[in-house]
Amino acid sequence: MRKILDIKNISLSLRDKLILHHVSFSITAGEFFVIIGPNGAGKTSLLKVLAGLQKAQQGSVAIKDKDISKYRRRNLSQIMAIVPQQIEVGFPFTVADTVIMGRSPHLGILGMEGKNDFHIAEEAMKFTEVSHLAERKLHQLSGGELQRVIIARAICQQPEIILLDEPTTALDPSHQLKIMDLMEKFRQEQGTTIIMVSHDLNLASMYGERLLLLKDGRVVKTGDPKSVLDTELLEQSYGCRMQVDESPIGQVARVTPIPEKYLLNYE
Amino acid sequence: MSMPIGKKIVLTTLLLGTVLILVSIIAISAGSAGVHFWETLEFLTGKSIPDNATATIIYQIRLPRVILAAFVGGSLALGGLVFQALLRNPLAEPYILGISGGSAIGAILAMLIGLSYFPGVTIFSFTGSLLVLAFVTTLAGTTMGNTMLSRDSLLLGGVMMNAFCAAVIMFLISMTRSFQVQHILYWLMGDLATMQKEQLPILLLVLPCFMVIFILARPMNLLLLGRETAAAMGINVKNIVLLLLVITSLMVSIIVSLSGLIGFVGLVIPHIFRLLLGPDHRLLVPSCLVGGASYLILCDLLARILPSSGELPVGIITALIGAPLFIVLLLRNRA
Repeated sequence: MRKILDIKNISLSLRDKLILHHVSFSITAGEFFVIIGPNGAGKTSLLKVLAGLQKAQQGSVAIKDKDISKYRRRNLSQIMAIVPQQIEVGFPFTVADTVIMGRSPHLGILGMEGKNDFHIAEEAMKFTEVSHLAERKLHQLSGGELQRVIIARAICQQPEIILLDEPTTALDPSHQLKIMDLMEKFRQEQGTTIIMVSHDLNLASMYGERLLLLKDGRVVKTGDPKSVLDTELLEQSYGCRMQVDESPIGQVARVTPIPEKYLLNYE
Repeated sequence: MSMPIGKKIVLTTLLLGTVLILVSIIAISAGSAGVHFWETLEFLTGKSIPDNATATIIYQIRLPRVILAAFVGGSLALGGLVFQALLRNPLAEPYILGISGGSAIGAILAMLIGLSYFPGVTIFSFTGSLLVLAFVTTLAGTTMGNTMLSRDSLLLGGVMMNAFCAAVIMFLISMTRSFQVQHILYWLMGDLATMQKEQLPILLLVLPCFMVIFILARPMNLLLLGRETAAAMGINVKNIVLLLLVITSLMVSIIVSLSGLIGFVGLVIPHIFRLLLGPDHRLLVPSCLVGGASYLILCDLLARILPSSGELPVGIITALIGAPLFIVLLLRNRA
């Protein structure tokens, strides 16, 4: 399998605080890769380093066998799209305006979209089921709708890699599944590599092909969900008791954090 | 997306361009002897030939003044638009941020030293505006991407900078015993009457600035979404922001050195057009340029015809219209 991302020995400190420490791993083209870990583990920073938005002081990031620093920003954005954690809705852009912005790295100097660009944007909106919202303003949308619009923008960028930073955190279970299903379907159809930061261990277990567990800026373990979602590793990383068993829905691990008041029963 | 953006731009610009032409002819035809719209139109199109006195008034006095007003209005409106996009703050404006004040200090210094109008005064004025810009943006921490202070701090910093600049200007003026003082004072109040016809070619310098800003209209849209998102969509944020800041400051200081301190144009015009046309800068840049031009020509017309004798500095008119209108717009926008 072809490596699309190769991260070697990344270290990053910000304001004298160590954020990432000798992080190495690689991602295969077309993979669904989920980065998990407790708050403050450095997940978002790692994502920013992968996206070229943050420069690491040490180590190298290679995208398609070429060092990330050798890419122009525009070319990098043709390969990689980002769905950020926080979305600015302060300016009254419509959904259609927002989605077509995804064409930016593909446009000429005057930045005027052609027929083809509009077609791609329409397809992207159809895919994430936001076509009916096209003329709405962003601030009029619900959380789930907004997230699907931003994903449509990322799809519109026609990238080979999509990076998502906790895309499901603020959503109810049904919308969480909808977002995850969309990403999985898109990956199946287009062969796009999905890299996601998530707090939801069960979503990571059900959708991720490989997981990376990060703690205090260090890689604890990389591997398939079953090997990473190990009771001992999780308990050490998250600092709470966990129960890991097989989910009743099938061959996936199910993680249950155990509240203190249930601990006695459990033991 | 109902209409392709290119078509929208052309239609809007044509419409606003027509308004600009009408407003210009009215301004050229209006004077102490009343308004002679059709006569003036015939003179301007060469259908009839004016007598010598009228020709002097039209071609030597009113036409240059209307041209100056158009350039000043367009540039200030555009300056406001760019700063609002870059700082992601709808209340940002060259005058309010103190950029105009900084460039005024530079200009006055150059005038007092006795430098020639161009390039001396312009260069000093540009330097002054850059210094204030550097100070205000560093204070707000926005150039480097992470906002250390809130949006309001940026404005407060600007207001303080403006007060400081005003103090320095007053100091410079009070230290001067030269015959220039009266000229400088009038110029300061934002007066389009003090400009000489020979200075008109300097205005051509702002044309490349307009072009650069228009080309960067799309990146400005993306910058509204935040610097990281803009970068993620292929924008070289640092370079684009720096280029826009420098180009806009250059444009504003050329204008300030010609017309003095005229405030609120950069606040009112972009705000009106954002309400009418939405947030797309590819549409807003040409609209603010042409619309701002018409606006200042009208304001200058009012400054000429309102007082029964003499005339007002146009800066007074723009402030009298701008401040209340802005408050109304702000309240309506919030509702």
